[in-house]
Amino acid sequence: MIDPRFGPNRTATLGKLSLDGGGALASVDVAYETYGALAPDAANAILVCHALTGDQHVASAHPRTGKPGWWARMIGPGKPIDTDRWCVIAANVLGSCMGSSGPASIDPATGEPYAMTFPVITIRDMVRAQGLLLDHLGIERLAAVVGGSMGGMQALSWAATFPDRVRACVVIASAARHSAQNIAFHEVGRQAIMADPKWRGGDYYDGDPPSAGLAVARMAAHITYLSEAGLTEKFGRKLQGRPDNPDGAKTFGFDADFQVESYLRHQGLAFTDRFDANSYLYITRALDYFDLAEEHDGHLANAFAGTTTRFCVVSFDTDWLYPTSESRAIVHALTAAGAAASFVELRSPYGHDAFLLETPGLDRVIAGFLGAAE
Amino acid sequence: MTLRPDLAIIAANVAPGSRVLDVGCGDGALMAALRDERGVDARGLELDAGDVASAMARGLSVIQGDADVDLADYPPHAFDYAILSQTLQTTRRPDAVLDHLLRIGARAFVSFPNFAHWRVRASLLWGGRMPVTKLLPLEWYETPNIHHVTIDDFRGFVKTRGITVEGAWFLNRGRQTSAAAANFRAEHAVFLLRR
Repeated sequence: MIDPRFGPNRTATLGKLSLDGGGALASVDVAYETYGALAPDAANAILVCHALTGDQHVASAHPRTGKPGWWARMIGPGKPIDTDRWCVIAANVLGSCMGSSGPASIDPATGEPYAMTFPVITIRDMVRAQGLLLDHLGIERLAAVVGGSMGGMQALSWAATFPDRVRACVVIASAARHSAQNIAFHEVGRQAIMADPKWRGGDYYDGDPPSAGLAVARMAAHITYLSEAGLTEKFGRKLQGRPDNPDGAKTFGFDADFQVESYLRHQGLAFTDRFDANSYLYITRALDYFDLAEEHDGHLANAFAGTTTRFCVVSFDTDWLYPTSESRAIVHALTAAGAAASFVELRSPYGHDAFLLETPGLDRVIAGFLGAAE
Repeated sequence: MTLRPDLAIIAANVAPGSRVLDVGCGDGALMAALRDERGVDARGLELDAGDVASAMARGLSVIQGDADVDLADYPPHAFDYAILSQTLQTTRRPDAVLDHLLRIGARAFVSFPNFAHWRVRASLLWGGRMPVTKLLPLEWYETPNIHHVTIDDFRGFVKTRGITVEGAWFLNRGRQTSAAAANFRAEHAVFLLRR
């Protein structure tokens, strides 16, 4: 018997979701995928949480770009998150645009897209929606919740919100709150979108989307995902080759003379093919509002008081978006709470993006940590 | 798996089922032995990222950190034992580290190479050079040992601090040796301390 709840490209319509900002969504859709078989006792489930612009296609081709899943190198048979042993669940976050409820979804009350009438959501709201999904799948307790960047914030929020439902928690290249600098970069992105005349207060779904604004937002954000040394090594001051001059030349104009400019423009443009500008506004807002200590009387350790969850916290030495000091703050709180916690700062030339890229040290740590689960 | 002799002594004297913090735990060999053979809930602190990753791959809870800095994060009385093996002499403030160990743990195991061992003395006395021995294998400019200590130094220190010595073991060439003239004959000492 094939259980239709499991497999690729699933969507579940779940019940009412009360929100941190007040109010509720009468029903929420959650688009998700599962990989590997759920054990009869449902004890081998691992929830993988995605980052800002990620999605549920962790190890399957992206339906629009055709590119391999964003964590295909981590998840699969014999890989660090081994789907021969674990049942991996990956869900598109609330507010996103890959099938879960978000600003592009149809508001049943009006029959029109929500656009900016979609409620502002939080990381904890995303986690509660995932909680409804687990109820739907018949999973009481996760063997582990794993995430990088915003996915790590969801993992932390899971451990703090549903401590009895999480046996282990893996937090990679993440933070327990957004810093002023994090918020500042996001505000640049949001202003770029909202300054695009095509944004039209968010009501663009019947016409041209604000692609220019969204591309600029992505360009600014993309810089924060890379290390300065990585950018220098990859591009330096190299000029973009042209049909008449393969070595490139300064045009004394404002074309993309430098390779780094051309690269960023490409990144920005490619992003607009797969992402909704309003979703970008809502999810960056959720990230900026995230402060796990604030939810616990200002003391991060309170978020983990009495926890029996095992934690694994990983940072990268060249990540300046969520630097090691942010991971150390998490570890400090876990230590103070007496939690079983591991922490390591791994070396990588790739900056924040290291968690997505070839980083052998990460594979070893993840496989070891998950493999040691009872 | 064979444990280093000082670690074997510690492992044999930790109460089964207790909670242990291993400071400077390396790749987690002692922690794994304590967990597997004595049902101990072991946590570790280690400076070297490669060692931390190795310990994590064993399923151990190890935090990358510095004994001189990060012990302050641990709440008091959180562990039955705090262990500091072959690390005291590498810390910037051994006295502060020892205070933290006895704040965090009800008891502390501390092991260190004895700088008054006769070979060390001979090297200084006859050679006039900083000793390079099996236990102290690195030259003066590359050794991590910045606070060399002798067994008698250590005994005097804990006495002035009002720390109780509950046990002491002495090693020479990997074998236990008597307490008599240990400051001369032992390469290595293990102390069990209590406030």
